[in-house]
Amino acid sequence: MRKSITLYGMTFSLPMAIWQVMFFLAPLVFLIALSFWSVKNFRMEPDFNPDNWTRVLGRAVFWQAYLRTVILSAVAAMVASVLAFPCSYGIAFKLSPTARRWAIFMMVIPFFTSYLVRVYSWQIFLSDNGIINAALARVGLGPFPMLNSDFGVMVGYLTLCFPLVVLLQLFSLIFVDRTLIEAAHNLQCGRLRTVFEVVMPSAKVGLVIAALFCFILTFGDFVSPLYLGGGDPPTLSILITDTTKSGQQWPRAAVIALTMIATLLCVAFAAVSYAYRERGR
Amino acid sequence: MSIKKTLSGCHSRRTILKGAAVLGGSALATPFVSRLAFAAPVELNMLAWYGHAEPDVVAEFEAEHNVKFKPKYYTGGDNMLGLIAQSPPGTFDIILSDAEYVQQLNAAGYIEKLDPADYPFDDFFPEFQKFPGHWEGDELYSVITRFGFLGVAYNTEAITEKEASTYKVYWDEKLKGKVGHFDWHLPNLGQISLLNGNASPYDIDEAGWEKVQEVTKTLRPQIGGFFDYGGTFSSLQNGQMLVMAGIGDWITGALEKGGAKVRTQIPEEGGLQFTESFSIGKGSQKADLAKKWIQYITSAKGQVKSANMAAYPCLIPNKKGWELLAKETPEEAKRQGMLLNESNVMDLIRAGRIKYRQLPVQQSLEDWNDFWSDYKAT
Repeated sequence: MRKSITLYGMTFSLPMAIWQVMFFLAPLVFLIALSFWSVKNFRMEPDFNPDNWTRVLGRAVFWQAYLRTVILSAVAAMVASVLAFPCSYGIAFKLSPTARRWAIFMMVIPFFTSYLVRVYSWQIFLSDNGIINAALARVGLGPFPMLNSDFGVMVGYLTLCFPLVVLLQLFSLIFVDRTLIEAAHNLQCGRLRTVFEVVMPSAKVGLVIAALFCFILTFGDFVSPLYLGGGDPPTLSILITDTTKSGQQWPRAAVIALTMIATLLCVAFAAVSYAYRERGR
Repeated sequence: MSIKKTLSGCHSRRTILKGAAVLGGSALATPFVSRLAFAAPVELNMLAWYGHAEPDVVAEFEAEHNVKFKPKYYTGGDNMLGLIAQSPPGTFDIILSDAEYVQQLNAAGYIEKLDPADYPFDDFFPEFQKFPGHWEGDELYSVITRFGFLGVAYNTEAITEKEASTYKVYWDEKLKGKVGHFDWHLPNLGQISLLNGNASPYDIDEAGWEKVQEVTKTLRPQIGGFFDYGGTFSSLQNGQMLVMAGIGDWITGALEKGGAKVRTQIPEEGGLQFTESFSIGKGSQKADLAKKWIQYITSAKGQVKSANMAAYPCLIPNKKGWELLAKETPEEAKRQGMLLNESNVMDLIRAGRIKYRQLPVQQSLEDWNDFWSDYKAT
């Protein structure tokens, strides 16, 4: 039966639609238009010039940065998910309700401090003369190069995403039907097998969405690749700033941004359809 | 009437109420009277590199002229041009620019013509009285306020002054992964051009440009990172980078004053010079006040503040400024080489060891930028 649209229903759904139009659709349309504009004497002029697309997509440096960004974000999503799972599992199943509330509060606390400040403070720990290498030197180890490397970038990415991934996984695990776990145990299913065969499939949506959020946030991150990775070699976000810095090529930066948006949309659709796909189908 | 009589006199309720009303009204009106007596400061919009509108530089001028600076800071000449291009005319009253961008500001009609008689050019060293790019024939568009040299910035505990006296130190095996780039192609490629022996590092033919690219590529394995302003500061300070290409005393000076073991050496192949100058934005409604600011900052008193700027120290072109600097902060005058009675930075310029940083002459800016992006991604 087809539901009729009521004024009451519209009142509650309209703000969401307006928000989407104002802050996603309209800027996206402008970004698409901008990608065809020309720059003359540092001034942007409306145009329909496909040269920005051919120039950006035709350069090896773009594809190198693209591949690097995808790999770094995918690795971050995997590492964050794997490291976060024991943590969120423990909070969901092993802690008392009071302790669980405290754990959730502790996961929210990192967001009280600026991400940039947290990343800058990592430099003190990770540099060659930093706290970690100084501690390792006391036992005759190191120094290990950690700053301005992929390892540094990954530390920054986890700083950004880890608490969020834990929280998203946690909210999914909390709602796993406990009777299913009991049934598995009654049927002599081992603890580890129960986690893989019962808990994880039951919480699949939350686990996939958590990994997806990690991918999305790290894919566009500028701070960690620059301040912990030394911008060497650049990711797509650094390439955008490079493009705008010299010659004010905002239209070419728009091409890179649109490619990033298209990639994220593809990844998001794939992840969501996987998350909601029923078992065996 | 005696006090006693006054106090003991008979007052009607109306008299008392009238008096109270007058007192209350006066009390309530006091803030408005005060506001009229101390008019709100005039806002002066400045477009500049970070630091130029900070209290250590502008506080005295603000107090003297009842002005409040409203800065918009940029990070590079291209960024500056973009910000002006995207703003309505008259948005910025004062524009600070590097010399290579003044001609572009003028060509685009973003800055006002100035009267040379308004500024203390006679107090300047002869080299800065008619600085190239600031003038169009006999018409002045920008007044030089400070300058600095770019060379080999190095950690004094890791390498010696002698080792840092050539750009070849960037290729030193012991510095592998410890050489950083300030992430801007102009100073870095200019230094390689100097190393290649180009007398005019930015005016090179195709063969010269090919050679610059070739030599730069060989440096890539040595590079530990590409840094912005903040990253350059922190990586030199925490010793992560031991040598930094593309910068000078404008960064190492600020760090050295804070106790860091870093310094800049002008190598035997020569150094680059950047120059900062002030212009009045086209269509400014406060052009007179902007003129007063330029007069202040180019006067001996203003020049001392500029030389000691907390954000990044620089050299100053006003000879009387040097004299005052030697009196007020002699240690800084000595550190920066601005003492008239001994070997100083003007000797380097007069010996021909310093070349102006400028935009590429025979190639497009895009060519240089594209190469730099490719180089970074290698």
